[in-house]
Amino acid sequence: MRKSENKIKSRGIDLVFDISVYVILTGVLFIILYPLYLILIASISEPNAVYAGEVRFLPIGFTLLGYQKIFQEGKIWIGYRNTIIYTVLGTTLNVLLTMMAAYPLSRKSFKPRTQIMVFFLVTMYIGGGLIPTYLLLSELKLVNNPLVMIVTGAVTVWNLIITRTYYQSTIPEELYEAAAMDGGSHFHFFLKVALPLSKAIVAVNVLYYGVGHWNEFFTALIYLRNPNYYPLQLVIRSILIQNTVNPDELKDLSILSEDYQKVVELMKFSTIIVSSFPVLMLYPFLQKYFVAGVTVGAIKG
Amino acid sequence: MHNSTAKHTLTEVEAMPSKKMFDRFKKHFMRDYQLYLMLLPTLVFFIIFEYLPMYGIQLAFKKYSAMKGIWGSPWNGLDNFRRFFNSYAFWRVIKNTLGISIYQLFISFPLPIILALLLNQVRSKRFKKVVQTVTYAPHFISTVVLVGMLHIFLSPRSGIINHAIKAMSGNTIFFLGEASWFKTIFVFSGVWQNCGWGAIVYLAALTAVDTDLYSSAYVDGCNRFQIIRHVDIPSILPTAVIMFILNAGKMMRVGFQKVYLLQNDLNLSTSEVISTYVYKIGLIDGQFSYSTAVNLFNTIINIILLVTANKLAKKVTDTSLW
Repeated sequence: MRKSENKIKSRGIDLVFDISVYVILTGVLFIILYPLYLILIASISEPNAVYAGEVRFLPIGFTLLGYQKIFQEGKIWIGYRNTIIYTVLGTTLNVLLTMMAAYPLSRKSFKPRTQIMVFFLVTMYIGGGLIPTYLLLSELKLVNNPLVMIVTGAVTVWNLIITRTYYQSTIPEELYEAAAMDGGSHFHFFLKVALPLSKAIVAVNVLYYGVGHWNEFFTALIYLRNPNYYPLQLVIRSILIQNTVNPDELKDLSILSEDYQKVVELMKFSTIIVSSFPVLMLYPFLQKYFVAGVTVGAIKG
Repeated sequence: MHNSTAKHTLTEVEAMPSKKMFDRFKKHFMRDYQLYLMLLPTLVFFIIFEYLPMYGIQLAFKKYSAMKGIWGSPWNGLDNFRRFFNSYAFWRVIKNTLGISIYQLFISFPLPIILALLLNQVRSKRFKKVVQTVTYAPHFISTVVLVGMLHIFLSPRSGIINHAIKAMSGNTIFFLGEASWFKTIFVFSGVWQNCGWGAIVYLAALTAVDTDLYSSAYVDGCNRFQIIRHVDIPSILPTAVIMFILNAGKMMRVGFQKVYLLQNDLNLSTSEVISTYVYKIGLIDGQFSYSTAVNLFNTIINIILLVTANKLAKKVTDTSLW
């Protein structure tokens, strides 16, 4: 008797609980989406209304002035072109090396694999640091050389781990043994069996490395001097951040006409949309691969 | 082919075993040499870009002169370290780095766990999917864009937040120019960007929970709250411990990019951290040895923190990285 009473009481609590869960998560949805939505509607609204804070839930007026200004801005297209080149070449190199290197590390029959893994893992915690790396790269003539955007960080340890784990779980050792019986080599097996079975992990790698290159800022800041080599992120920094935060430049801006200032603000919205567009558009379709990457890594942990 | 004709001179009895051994060796060698070959390019990259720079660490104990190079520069013992410990910047960067990390650990570590526990309670698959898709998305926004958005929304003149504050109190707050706001802005923008992404690991751990546990808890009359407490939380605890160790090991490694991009002359007293300090004294001011020493000091602290956190976790929960 008591027990069933308790049950009824606890089911009542459950209803309250359920409702609270939905309310909280809807709140979370709003907090995440609203800033993004606001950027989007502000980018097509009248600059005056945006500046006055009147644009809240719906666009006010309609203008493509911000986008027009962005399209006229030569710098951003140079940045776009460079980033596409760095992303395509860099990602190709990254994925190729990662897929190849992770394979031997996944084979139990390959004796030195543990030692080699440690050799890679150590670099996650110990490194030369900023200056020694800079000095080395300048000796290698990579400073102010666009190649630096492609060859540094050619393989990340994290991607190596998830790819190795993937091979281990999807391409059993026995499959290779069988192929080896027929006289197949590792090369042959890798190309004909392992790679075709690994499309999902290739996708994960392409996406992780690709997004990494697209958003890369640090390497460019440290090593590139020539604005013609600047990637997108370095270009948009000057539009988004540098003209507001530097107090000296703030003073300069206030001398300029107010309209100009508002257009500059408007340009920021369109810059964000234009630069994040490729990643955010592709993301919902590729989401399962991104998530797969994290969960494959978690199995190992 | 060539080998087999050469071996015709040997008698059949002698030839058989040695030929077999040779073949086996050859086969193994052929296999393994291909594996090494596949690893080779990556090994070369790690040697060049990760290990070779380590020889430059000696700069931390030297007085660098560009003319003489890394090897030729004269030793000066621990002078660079002494200079750092005695500089006005020392306590400031340590305090800021640790302050941001601890603040971050208290806020950014538990929130993904809570989000995952809540998401796990959602019965509508579609709603769950929507929340997941939306909360993961900010993870892919670049740091430059994130900081750009902060500038837009926090702007004292045109930002939506200040418009709201002004409507209520008549004042505005110059968030990015006030040193006292820096940590909060840094940590909570990080929550906005990464909370959803951080929840994935825990959601994966929660899907592994045996469904029998849920039904028996339900039969026992547990309410949802009790189920979370007695079934869900224990099952994600090992994952949480691992994540905690990884976070604790990063205590002194506040990422460079976001801090640097959020920094300005007005908030420098709370925003200067070790990584930005290393960058400024090194690449901007050109004090190569001093910067290397500061960085080395940081690396050593990081390793100590990681090892300590790992030991602690092993003692308390039996879960550890190694």
